Amino acid sequence: MEQLKITSATPNSALLDLPWRRPLIEWPAEVLAALPRGISRHVVRFVRLDGRVLAVKEISEDVAFREYGMLRQLRKLEIPAVRPIGVVTGRTAEDGTPLEAALVTEHLAFSLPYRSVFSQWLRDETANRLIDALVVLIVRLHLAGFFWGDVSLSNTLFRRDAELFAAYLVDAETGALHRELTRGQREHDLEIARVNIIGELMDLAAGELLDSEIDEVAFGNSLVDRYHELWEALTGVEAFASDERWRVAARIERLNALGFDVGELDITTDIDGTTVRIQPQVVDAGHHSRRLAKLTGLDVQDNQARRLLNDLDSYQAATDRQEDDPQLVAHDWLQNVFQPTVRAVPRELRRKLEPAQLYHEVLEHRWYISEQAGHDVPMPEAVQSYVTNVLRYRPDEKAILGMAPEEEPQGPEADYFHYAASEPGDVD
Amino acid sequence: MASVTYDHATRIYPGTERPAVDQLNLQVEDGEFLVLVGPSGCGKSTSLRMLAGLEDVNGGHIYIGDRDVTDVQPKDRDIAMVFQNYALYPHMSVADNMGFALKIAGTPKAEIRQRVEEAAKILDLTEYLDRKPKALSGGQRQRVAMGRAIVRQPQVFLMDEPLSNLDAKLRVQTRTQIASLQRRLGVTTVYVTHDQTEALTMGDRIAVLKDGLLQQVGTPREMYDTPANTFVAGFIGSPAMNIGTFEVRDGKAIVGHAAVPLERHVLDQLTDADNGQVVVGFRPESLDIAHDDSQDAFQVKVNLVEELGSDAFVYGELQADGSAGDLHSGSSDQVIVRIDPREVPMKGDTIHVTIKQGQEHVFSPSTGARLSH
Repeated sequence: MEQLKITSATPNSALLDLPWRRPLIEWPAEVLAALPRGISRHVVRFVRLDGRVLAVKEISEDVAFREYGMLRQLRKLEIPAVRPIGVVTGRTAEDGTPLEAALVTEHLAFSLPYRSVFSQWLRDETANRLIDALVVLIVRLHLAGFFWGDVSLSNTLFRRDAELFAAYLVDAETGALHRELTRGQREHDLEIARVNIIGELMDLAAGELLDSEIDEVAFGNSLVDRYHELWEALTGVEAFASDERWRVAARIERLNALGFDVGELDITTDIDGTTVRIQPQVVDAGHHSRRLAKLTGLDVQDNQARRLLNDLDSYQAATDRQEDDPQLVAHDWLQNVFQPTVRAVPRELRRKLEPAQLYHEVLEHRWYISEQAGHDVPMPEAVQSYVTNVLRYRPDEKAILGMAPEEEPQGPEADYFHYAASEPGDVD
Repeated sequence: MASVTYDHATRIYPGTERPAVDQLNLQVEDGEFLVLVGPSGCGKSTSLRMLAGLEDVNGGHIYIGDRDVTDVQPKDRDIAMVFQNYALYPHMSVADNMGFALKIAGTPKAEIRQRVEEAAKILDLTEYLDRKPKALSGGQRQRVAMGRAIVRQPQVFLMDEPLSNLDAKLRVQTRTQIASLQRRLGVTTVYVTHDQTEALTMGDRIAVLKDGLLQQVGTPREMYDTPANTFVAGFIGSPAMNIGTFEVRDGKAIVGHAAVPLERHVLDQLTDADNGQVVVGFRPESLDIAHDDSQDAFQVKVNLVEELGSDAFVYGELQADGSAGDLHSGSSDQVIVRIDPREVPMKGDTIHVTIKQGQEHVFSPSTGARLSH
């Protein structure tokens, strides 16, 4: 009989305790954290192990190893994607029947499946933010030479990122890394994305889970437009007269504002030196999160980082320390502002959101109640108000997975997930 | 519907010197099922992706019908990549799952329904059209995925290893379905696989590639009966052809204890580069057991007998006084002989076999090209 084998870069003996000798579809409810929603090509189950949630997918051995390797490569390229844990092979049932291999990934904590986000009180603005997040992910993948092949909302997870969302790749089964993508590959990926997204929205509409005002086709099309805008902004050639050199710095600032750092910029002049052409060759996402990490050691998403950096700037101005070492100021901000604010939230409610997201929402709330009060509300008061009036009613977003294992997976699903919009005007 | 033409189509990946696909000339007829097959890295998927518009064509042209599509974007080529992704939407009926791409394209409702109904009839899904996909079996869900491509009525279907992530049982089932469906629809289809059995069972014609070069294109029968070179000879057929390099003496190839006569026109084609040798191939079923020590019989020592009921195969070693040459079959270094399953030798026995009249394949050792008719 073949031996059960676990291939993993981060071995965890607790994995061995899972019932590998049974087909995934028959795993007992007591080991499961949840069942997935929708119809998947493969059997997928969520399990809880050592305080983490893992996704287990049954697929053929070749495909499992291929996807495992692909996800590892994507992580090396710093692409936001689920973390691969390992591949389990050599599975046989008690009666000796061979079972398919299993790919194990770690479920992304605090992530929101699109169904949860889309199916409740979705406004155009929220939908646009989801599309924008997906566009950034696709552009980053394409810049890295990754052809996804099955871009869809179901293959993406969203995390709150201050007032926006950040998108993470979940399924790399159809993907392939190339040295560089051709325009045809990029366009094809976009067309797949467009059709899949429209299909997914039509499905939500068919299940009466989508606001009937929403135009599914327009949303799919807007993804393509937004992609082209971002791609052009990041990679386009810009030409100007040689006395307009300020435009080099302006381009870099524009890319920074989009959350990208310029790793390499081609600058060429024509023969008589009157025209300059610039084209970014290497751009890396995460401009703000890198800056914040350098200053404070906090590891957060880019928009959260942008928000915290702005707050840090205000702190610096308010304490009149513009001349001080930025790292020292950042340290004091962390000690005296950020951490006390997060700690002021009762422990049992704190786990509902990531700390940086919590902080962002407190800032938003403070702005909102200050405007209502007509004066600046002090931070401790703002935290109290936020906890009492907002956070308490928010769902726990640490692990939103799907249906509870004992739920009957039948009929159109009434999404239990309660979506609370993050706009300040929406809190009441 | 339309033909597909590769005209000296070449793909060179950035940063590499050797083309991934080198001057491919290939014509796929209107309505034909063509299979591109070869080992990993041979250029088959690249060729398909060039047709799909996913790979740049660095030299030559690609035509769909009379239209030069070399620089046309994928979505404007009127092709369908089948099975690429087939997530089914749980809240939508089977009919909507099949027709939603048409809805996106703005096709009138009545026409969508008509095309969906036609496709469902071909796919045996009519009674499920108004049900939800949850009610379908795995195979039926696969057919809905095919239905999505069919209702679009593209000029060409493209399939890139579509069966590779199915389990063995569903793979054989789907293989048959795809082949018979394609025949009923008559849509020109280009299909990529690394599996020569899949190629032989599905294709009207097969194109074998290796290292970016087209080796041979023909019907399954032609590829099996008259492989153009040693690569195709060894690649097509399961179990694989026995192939070895042997000395030529007095117009005969010396195979173990036997001398296999070579035809005049074969001998005429040998050159100095062949160094007095010749490559001879023969399929496991092209051998007869010789009961007497006839001059053209050679001896095989039996290592293993594989009994399959209708057939039995001997895996063994060619016996010789001097060097036995490098006779092998596929990746194994054994000779394979198909024998009568009712007269099976024992392990360790030596059997005498002769090549059936006219069933040897002779190739040039220097070029690998076929010399016999």
